[in-house]
Amino acid sequence: MIFEKLTASPEDLVRKRINRAPLPALAIGLPWATIMLASMASFSPVIASAPVMPPLAYLMLLAWRMMRPGMLPVWAGLPLGFFDDLYSGQPFGSGIVLWSVTMLALEVIDERFLWRGFSQDWLAASGLIAAYLTMCALVAGLATGYPLPLVIGPQILLSLVIYPVITRVVALLDRIRLLPLKRL
Amino acid sequence: MARPKDRRPGYSRRAQYGIFTGYVIAMLGVVAGIAVLVVSLVNPGAFSFARSAAAEVARPMGKAGAEGRASGQGVFAAIGAYFKAGQQNAELRREVDAARANAVSMQALEDENRRLKALLGIVDPARRPVATAHLIGSSGASTRRYAVLDAGISDGVRPGQPVRAASGLIGRVIEAGPRTARVLLVTDPDNVVPVRRASDGLSAFVQGASDGRIDIRLINMGTNPLKKGDVFVTSGSGGLYPPGIPVAVATAPHRDGATGHLAADPADHVYVLVEQAFSAQARDDLQRMIEDGAKTAVEEP
Repeated sequence: MIFEKLTASPEDLVRKRINRAPLPALAIGLPWATIMLASMASFSPVIASAPVMPPLAYLMLLAWRMMRPGMLPVWAGLPLGFFDDLYSGQPFGSGIVLWSVTMLALEVIDERFLWRGFSQDWLAASGLIAAYLTMCALVAGLATGYPLPLVIGPQILLSLVIYPVITRVVALLDRIRLLPLKRL
Repeated sequence: MARPKDRRPGYSRRAQYGIFTGYVIAMLGVVAGIAVLVVSLVNPGAFSFARSAAAEVARPMGKAGAEGRASGQGVFAAIGAYFKAGQQNAELRREVDAARANAVSMQALEDENRRLKALLGIVDPARRPVATAHLIGSSGASTRRYAVLDAGISDGVRPGQPVRAASGLIGRVIEAGPRTARVLLVTDPDNVVPVRRASDGLSAFVQGASDGRIDIRLINMGTNPLKKGDVFVTSGSGGLYPPGIPVAVATAPHRDGATGHLAADPADHVYVLVEQAFSAQARDDLQRMIEDGAKTAVEEP
């Protein structure tokens, strides 16, 4: 049903929009659900023997936050970071700290740079992703007592490259989120 | 992109307090996160219950993925085999001939081995694996290298037990939940495995470099006798890993050791075996540690 609506012509959608509103559960819950699902991506068929996967959940968080400022509350880093810690394999708590700090940092970025295009968003996200992965590797290095390996370089690059793709996915999800499915 | 909405809420006290509370909770998140992080750095097993509960929840998903991986590999292998059928046929026939010759000499050796063992009075203890399991997940984005098994305490899996695949060592169990268990892979820097060179028994140890490769360090350092292509198998010292499991192949010798790659890439294997800790003493020690709840001791190789 949802896919039909996605491919429907605009007039079709507009006609159905009268007397309809987005489902509250979908409109509020979808960002949370998708970020949490991305956290669980470590249970994917790919068993990696090196850290090569981009931190999908974190990218998703950034994309949602950049696309809809104010939709995720500023404290969203606490529960979502906690959930990510359950699956990421990092020492417990690193997600809680880093995600909370990220949400606060994005708040500052919003205050400072009011008018931003996509390239500025991407730049801000790049800085945050690089800092996040470096901090993650540092914390993991602290836990093992082994110096920071230089393996996160490719991972950072891959994450930066994949960020625009994630934003497109989030944009699509946002369309699903706001589908007028509820009859008023 | 349009500028975000101004979030100053005007004169509404309720809205002002709401925003203020949001910031307070966010700051609390940072503080609480640091506290939790310190606890988990001091005691790595502190939150294992939460992690294993989460792994239990994701188990069906991972299991479906693991089966998808197996069938996916099967499909690709089948297509590849179709294209290479003729060449492969000839190759296989040659290999079978060679293997048949080898098998005869193996048979002879085995007979001799049995006779000699009988002479010496050595009894080979039959080691039965504890469980056969899928790898259903891994920490793909973290520099810590973990994988998750779909077997747990109910299948007899306990922390400390070695995990191997058909072609080599995968790692060891560090946390076991009811039906899932967490495996510390050989590529994690925390995992140190005592090994010996398969050809001459030169002893060394293998430590993960967390980039998919491993460091092979020699115990008797002097001139570096390692060469590219040297195969290392577990030596069995320490009593945890059974001797003779392939671990690594040296690829790039350096001043005091070598960098190598794994004998068994966890991604290539559909099934892995969980085995008992090798020596009875190690088994008893592990059992005692579990009863004491002292998880840190399991970290020792």
